[in-house]
Amino acid sequence: MNGQPLKPWLAPLALIGLLAVMGFVLPAYHHNNMARILVLAVFAMGYNIAFGYTGLLSLGHALFFGAGLYAAGLAINQGGVTAGLALGLGLLAGGGVALATGVLALRTAGVSFMIVTLMFAQAGYLLLLYFGAFTGGDEGFVVARTGRVLGGFDLTTDGPRYGLALGLFTLAILGQTAIVRAPFGRVMVAMRENSARAQMLGFDPFRTKLIVLVISGLYSGVAGAAYGILFGYVGASFAAIQYSILPLLWVLLGGSGTVLGPFLGVFIMFYLIDLSSSYTSAHLMVVGVALLVLVLFAPRGILGGLRKRWGTWLA
Amino acid sequence: MAFGPFLLLALMEGLVTAAVLALTALGLSLVFGVMRVVNVAHGAFFMLGAVGAWFVTEWVGNPPALGFALALVICPLAVGAIAALANGLVLKRLNYDPEATIVATIGLLYIFQQMALTLYGPDARPVPAPFSFRVQLPWFGYSGYKLAVIGAAAVVLAGVWLVLNRSKIGLVMRATQIDREMAQAFGINVDRVYAGVFAMGAGLAAVAAVLIVPIQQAHYLMGGDPLLLSFIVVIIGGLGSLRGTLVAALLIGLSDGVISVFFSPTLAKIIATLLVALVLVFRPQGLFGRQVTR
Amino acid sequence: MTAKLGSAFPNRRSVLGGMAAGSGLLAAAGAFPGFVQAQSSAPIKLGFQLHRTGIGASYGRWYQRTTQAALKLLNETGGINGRPVEVVFEDDGTDPARGAEVVGKLATQHGCDAIFGPLFSHVVIGSAPRAGELKIPYLVCSEGYHVASGMLNRWTLQPGITDVKAQVRAMAPWVTANLGKKVTMIFPDYAFGHDHRDFFTQAVKEQGGEVIAHLAIPPTETSFTRYMPQIPAETEVLYHVMVGPAVLTFVKELGEFYGNGPRPEIFGFIDSLEAVNLASPGLEFLEGTHFWEGHCRNQQPDASVDETFYRAAVGVDATGASLADARDISTYSHMFSTWETLFVIKAGMEAAGYQGPKDRQSFVEAIEAMTTLPASRAHPQGDKIFNGKTHQVFGHQSISKVTGGQLMRVYQTSIAQGQYPDAVDYTQQSF
Repeated sequence: MNGQPLKPWLAPLALIGLLAVMGFVLPAYHHNNMARILVLAVFAMGYNIAFGYTGLLSLGHALFFGAGLYAAGLAINQGGVTAGLALGLGLLAGGGVALATGVLALRTAGVSFMIVTLMFAQAGYLLLLYFGAFTGGDEGFVVARTGRVLGGFDLTTDGPRYGLALGLFTLAILGQTAIVRAPFGRVMVAMRENSARAQMLGFDPFRTKLIVLVISGLYSGVAGAAYGILFGYVGASFAAIQYSILPLLWVLLGGSGTVLGPFLGVFIMFYLIDLSSSYTSAHLMVVGVALLVLVLFAPRGILGGLRKRWGTWLA
Repeated sequence: MAFGPFLLLALMEGLVTAAVLALTALGLSLVFGVMRVVNVAHGAFFMLGAVGAWFVTEWVGNPPALGFALALVICPLAVGAIAALANGLVLKRLNYDPEATIVATIGLLYIFQQMALTLYGPDARPVPAPFSFRVQLPWFGYSGYKLAVIGAAAVVLAGVWLVLNRSKIGLVMRATQIDREMAQAFGINVDRVYAGVFAMGAGLAAVAAVLIVPIQQAHYLMGGDPLLLSFIVVIIGGLGSLRGTLVAALLIGLSDGVISVFFSPTLAKIIATLLVALVLVFRPQGLFGRQVTR
Repeated sequence: MTAKLGSAFPNRRSVLGGMAAGSGLLAAAGAFPGFVQAQSSAPIKLGFQLHRTGIGASYGRWYQRTTQAALKLLNETGGINGRPVEVVFEDDGTDPARGAEVVGKLATQHGCDAIFGPLFSHVVIGSAPRAGELKIPYLVCSEGYHVASGMLNRWTLQPGITDVKAQVRAMAPWVTANLGKKVTMIFPDYAFGHDHRDFFTQAVKEQGGEVIAHLAIPPTETSFTRYMPQIPAETEVLYHVMVGPAVLTFVKELGEFYGNGPRPEIFGFIDSLEAVNLASPGLEFLEGTHFWEGHCRNQQPDASVDETFYRAAVGVDATGASLADARDISTYSHMFSTWETLFVIKAGMEAAGYQGPKDRQSFVEAIEAMTTLPASRAHPQGDKIFNGKTHQVFGHQSISKVTGGQLMRVYQTSIAQGQYPDAVDYTQQSF
C-alpha cells in the first residue's frame, strides 16, 4: 500500500512514456530535433550527477563528450567496428578520461577545480587539432554508414534513430534516479552540502567524487558516441569550450540537482535558438533576454523553482 | 635569427600579452573576489570596449591620437555604466546567487554580442594607433606602440593598487569582500559597493581592450580568449591578490611565448595549458592566494 | 527592443519571389536552353544555409547579398521552368551541429527543394550526412577539398567554386617561375591550413622548387610576431594564408617585422584579407606583393560585360567596397559562388524538368551531366568545367599584384592547371 518508494520514479516514467508517444506523432523536423535533445540530455544528466548532486563544478565536460564521440567515430572509420561496439567504446572512453582527469583534478576544489578541468579540456581540444591527420582536425569527418547500423536497424532513418536515442535516455534517467535514491546518492549530496562533515562521518571525499566523476564521464562518453553514430559527424567543435559551458547552462536552466532538469534545460535551450532564429535575425538577443527572464523568474532553474512552490515530487 | 634575439622577441611579446591580461584579469578578480560572481560576460565587456574604441576613433577622425585618447576615457566609462546598469537590473535582483548569476551573465554575453553584431557588424576592423614608430633593435624591428602599451598598463595597474590599498574606497571594498554582513552593520552601502565594483571590473576590461585594439582589431567575438585567460590568471594568482594576479599574468603571457620557441606552436599551447593545470593541482589555492572555497 | 535591432538586418526571409513572368530570357543561362513550360506555377523554394552569426559572419552577410541579387535577376528573367523562386535563409551560427539541424529545418519544415550556400568546411562536413539522409540536393560554396576527396555523398555537390586543391596546384607553377623556388609557408594549424600545406608543398616540388619551412599557427592565436623569426633567412617566397578575425593582425605584424628592410617575395591567399580594406593602416607594406584571387576584387581594365553587370547587381564598386558604404568591403573572391550556384540550380532543374521533390534525383543527375559552363551572366567569374564524377567545378584563378593599393591581375591560370586525377566517382554511388 505504501507507494512512497515508487514516487520518485513517477515523473521520469511519465516523461519516458510521453516521449515514446511523441516518437509516433512528431513531424519529421521535430522528430529529429527530439532525438538530438534526448542524446544531449544524457550528456546533461552526466553533468547533473557531478554538478547538480555532488557540487563538482566542472568546465571540462567537453573532454568526456569528445572522448566518446571520437572513440566511437574513429573505431568505426579506422577499425570498422559495429555501432554497438562503438557505443561501448565511447562509454569506456568517457569514463576512462574522466578517471584520469579526476585523479589529478580532484586534488583541487571549487574554482580551482573549474580551471583545472577547463585546462585539461582545452589541452584535449588542441590535441585533436594537433593530430589533425588522424582526427580530421577542425573539419572533422563523416562517420561511415556501415557503422550506423545497430541490430539490423538503419540508424540513419528516423524511427531507429529516435528509438536508440530514447533507449539511451531511458537507461540514463532511470540510472540517474537509482543513483541519487541509493545510499551513495545521499553521500553525494552530503559532499555537495558539506564535504568536511561527510568526511567526519567516515566517507572519503576523494573516492566518492572520483566515482561520481567517472559515472559522469560514462554518461558524457556514451552521449558523445551516440551523437556521432546517430547524426553521422565527428568534429573538434564538440570538444571545444562551448560544449563544456552548455551542459552547465542546461542544468542550471532546467534545475540543477533535479531528475528532469537536464532534459528540460536542453529542450528549452534548443527551441529558444530554433524558434528565435525563425522570427528574427537578431536571435542571439532573444536568447539572451530569455535567459535573463528565466533566471529572474526562477533563479534555481525552472524545476528548482517549481519544486520550491509545489513540492518535491517533480524532482 | 639567432637564439638569443629570438628569445628576446618572445619575451617582449609575452610582456605585451601579460600587460593587457593583467588589466583584464584584475577586473575579473575584483568582481569575483568582492561579489563572488563568476562573470561570464567579462569578455563581452572587453569586446564592447574595443568596439567602442572603433566608434570613437571613427567619429573623431584625425588626428588618431586625439580619437584614441578620447576612447581611452569614454569607453571605460561607458562600459562601466552598462555594467552598473546590468548589475542593478539583473544581478542585484538575483541576490548574487552564484549559480543564477552564471546563467544571467551568459544571457548578458549573448545580448552584448548581438548588439555588437547588429550595430558594428561581423568584420574585424582596425583602429589606428595613436602614434607609430618602429624601435629598431640590432636583430629585428619592434612596434613602439606595443612598448607603450606595457607602460600604460603599468600606470593603470599602479593606480588601481593605490585605490585599493591607500584609499577609503579600497578599504570599503576589502571590508565588503571579507564580510558582507559586518560591512553592512558598519554602515557601508553594500549595494553601491557592488555596483561600483562591477562597473570598475568592466571598466578595467574596457581599458585593456582600448589599449590592445590598435594591435588586434575589434571583432564581435573577440571576448572569448580574454575571458578564459583572465579566469586562469585569477585562479592561478590566487583570489584577492593583486600581486598574484600580476605574477600569474606574467607567467601565462611569457610561458606560452617562450615554450613556442622550443616546440611547434600548437604543441607549445598544449604544454602550457597542462602546466597551468598542474600548477593548480599541486597548489590549489593559487600561487599567492588564501585557500579558496566555492 | 529586439524588433528594432532586428530590423537593421534585411528580413530573414528576404523572399523576392512572385516576380516571375519574365522580362526577357536570361542571356546564355547555361548549357541547357530547354525552357519547359511548368505545370505548376507555385514557387520553387530553395534553402540557404547562412553563416549569419559566428566566425563566418563577414562572409555570410555578403553571401546573402549576392544570393539576393542573383535571385532578383533569376526571377526577372523567368525564374526556373517559368516558376518563381524563393530563397529561405536560415542561420547556422557557422557551427556544424547547428548546420545539420538547419539542413533538416530547411528540408522538412520549410519544404525546400534544394539547399545551398555554406562556406566553412566543418559546417559542410557536419551537414552533408543529414542532406544525404534526407535525400535533398546540397550545393556547397565552400572551396574545401571535402567534396572531390570523396568523403561526402552523392547529394552533395560543389558547382560554384574551385576547390583549394585545384587553386593551389594552379598557382604553384607561376609562383616558382616568377617569385622564387625556396618557399616558406605560414598557415593556420587546422584542416584548411593543412590542405594548403599538403597540396602546395607537393605542387612546388613538382615544379622543381622546395618548401623549406612550414609555420603552423595555432588557431587560437591572436598575435603572431613571435613566429616571424622562424622564417628562414634564405626564404625567397613567403606564402601566407590565414582566416578568421585575427588575419589583419597577422598581415600588419608581418609588415612590422620586415619594416623597410629587405624581405622575401610575398604571396598570399586573399582569404587573409577578405572583407578587409587594403587601405587599412599598417597594410602599406603589401604594396608589390602578390595574392591569389578567386575573383578580382578591383575591377580590371579587361573586365567582361558579365562581370561588370554582376558587380553592379551585387552592389559593389570598382574597388570591391559596398556601393552603400565604402568602408564595407566585400568577400569578392568567394561570394560569386553563391550567384553561380543559383544559376547552376536553374540549369539543372530545367534540364531535369524538375517538378517537385520526387525529381530531386534527376536534378542531381542533370548536374552530374554538366561539363562546360560558359562565361555568361550566370557565370560572371568566367567559364568553368564541371566534373560530374567528383561533383567539383574547376575554373580560372587569378594572381594579382598590389599596385598603388589596388589588386591588379598579372596572371590568370588555365582551367587545366588546376585539374587533378579523380579521387572518387560519386555517380557509381547509390542515392
